[in-house]
Amino acid sequence: MARTAEKTNLTDARIAALSIPGRGWSVPAREDAVNRLRAMGLPDRRDEYWKYTRPDTLTQVTPEPAAVFENDEAPLFDGIDRVKIVFVDGVFDAEASDDLSLEGVRIERLAEANSDLHWARDLYGTLETNGQTPVARPLAALNTAFATDGMLIHVTGAASKPISIVYRHESTTSDVILHHLIKLDAGAELTVLENGPAAARFNKVMEVEVGDGASFHHVRAQGRDHERRAATHVFARLGAESTFKSFTLTVNGVMTRNDCVIELTGDDASAHVAGACVGDGAFHHDDTVFVTHDAVNCESRQVFKKVLRNGATGVFQGKILVKAGAQKTDGYQISQSLLLDEDSQFLAKPELEIYADDVACSHGSTSGAIDEDALFYLRSRGVPLAEATDMLTLSFLAEAVEEIEAETLRDEINTRMAAWLGRRRG
Amino acid sequence: MLSIKNLHVKLEEEDKQILKGVDLEVEAGKVHAIMGPNGSGKSTLSYVLSGKDGYEVTEGSATLLGADLLDMEPEERAAAGLFLAFQYPVEIPGVGNMTFLRTAVNAQRKARGEEEMSAADFLKVVRAKAKDLKIDAEMLKRPVNMGFSGGEKKRNEILQMAMLEPKMCIMDETDSGLDVDAMKLVAEGVNALRSEGRGFLVITHYQRLLDHIKPDVVHIMADGRIVKSGGPELALEVENNGYADILAEVA
Repeated sequence: MARTAEKTNLTDARIAALSIPGRGWSVPAREDAVNRLRAMGLPDRRDEYWKYTRPDTLTQVTPEPAAVFENDEAPLFDGIDRVKIVFVDGVFDAEASDDLSLEGVRIERLAEANSDLHWARDLYGTLETNGQTPVARPLAALNTAFATDGMLIHVTGAASKPISIVYRHESTTSDVILHHLIKLDAGAELTVLENGPAAARFNKVMEVEVGDGASFHHVRAQGRDHERRAATHVFARLGAESTFKSFTLTVNGVMTRNDCVIELTGDDASAHVAGACVGDGAFHHDDTVFVTHDAVNCESRQVFKKVLRNGATGVFQGKILVKAGAQKTDGYQISQSLLLDEDSQFLAKPELEIYADDVACSHGSTSGAIDEDALFYLRSRGVPLAEATDMLTLSFLAEAVEEIEAETLRDEINTRMAAWLGRRRG
Repeated sequence: MLSIKNLHVKLEEEDKQILKGVDLEVEAGKVHAIMGPNGSGKSTLSYVLSGKDGYEVTEGSATLLGADLLDMEPEERAAAGLFLAFQYPVEIPGVGNMTFLRTAVNAQRKARGEEEMSAADFLKVVRAKAKDLKIDAEMLKRPVNMGFSGGEKKRNEILQMAMLEPKMCIMDETDSGLDVDAMKLVAEGVNALRSEGRGFLVITHYQRLLDHIKPDVVHIMADGRIVKSGGPELALEVENNGYADILAEVA
């Protein structure tokens, strides 16, 4: 398709408003990213992967303001033993953060890692670059180029507790770009938690290199602020016999686009990516997932559940690509929505592309209303309608939440969802 | 206890009359059984009493201890003391059986203005009652009715009944899908709940359940009405001769 002048103008304007932060090892990678971004152009509605989600508020030079949502609920993950790292509107808050030390893990800030011999040098932007084909992800290239900070995490052993990144939002006009880079050496283990609204507009990339036999767990919650907008990308590359598990809970938020791009490059690896979202009213949530099988006997699982009401919109674009030679692939994908009224909508585009002949891949996508028989069953036992609806809503989301391996984290997420639903009952 | 007068019910979606004037009084402490051929309206009666959608009452009344049942939401009927043991208990993935039970018990208590049961107290009571019904801890942990056998589902219904302590229990074909041992277990559970203050309405096709849960009164239902009532001997008559004779007799 011919590139429109509008697209070029949009891209040029956005680039002109930003500048590459700092000097040092990351500059060449950042300059490459600017070139990639110019070549691709920022997304518009004509792009195939932006058909169901309007990118304009994510690409425009100045973000839409977003009110800061106040409530007195205890912050998520507060009760979990963790290394806490706090960003307030994208600015690292040393006071509120823990000591950046954890045995078997080296934790640094992107903004402070200036040594030219830095390990991150060969990785920064690499997985993002790989993830640009066959589908362009311009907002990720923009991120690599202009990220002001982020965490560089190198894991050499089994981390004894999770690293928890907390994103606070205090300014109604903040426009934040953060880039995290995580490298797990062979056999290493790490759990990363993320939570908080982050900014009025948040662009975040997380690149994760999972070495042979390593295991990476990721649990995040994007929530609270109704007017916030976010475009996030997770890029992961998996070595042999490694494990990757990522779960995202999304509640509230006028615009969220979460891309997850996974490459299984070593034999016998396993990647699970799951999402639960509950949207009410002015809520648009898009999960775009691309899993590439490029090794033998790997397993991948995508489980996405969305509860939508009062005109909320949910989008799922999920692909499994099985390359030639990726025999014995076991790929699974399910995307389901629970529509609590007729104003809400769910748009799903499941895709399978398979070039190997000995694989098992399945996918399914459904949209439905609440199960009336189950609802009556609960009510006949005395559970009031609103409470029964909430129970069934949580039950609908359970398959996604069960993808969280640690029970304490699973409980934390369930409790949070129940509280949110309870407040919404009014 | 339960008083049904001249109850007429049609399907909401189509012009089909199911119940055509049911009259029934179940007294506290008594077990009434309703038998009848397929399509006679037995299950509809249980659904209408418990408040399921899809039915329209065109005439008549149903009260529980004087309160108008038909004017209440299903959960209000439950809190007022009505319990329906389902013919096909519903599977609910993702909701733990224990959570479900505790939510139900406390919702009813709350609705009646009573104090909620603490987690510890609840656990103690539920464990004891589950043990009587040979429901193990694993079954209590699993999602509601998920992966339960037919017998396990029915035992789970009785466990709910035991925990909720309703005043009026309606059992809709509780014997369907049960082998003899499972039926005995279920019947023992029901018999343990029989008390002076509690009424039972047992809906069944077959007499065999009534060998284990001895009824005080047996009604025969056909074409939306109760056509004959009598003592336990009426059930035996059905067992021996089928419904044809009785229906011919009352026609």
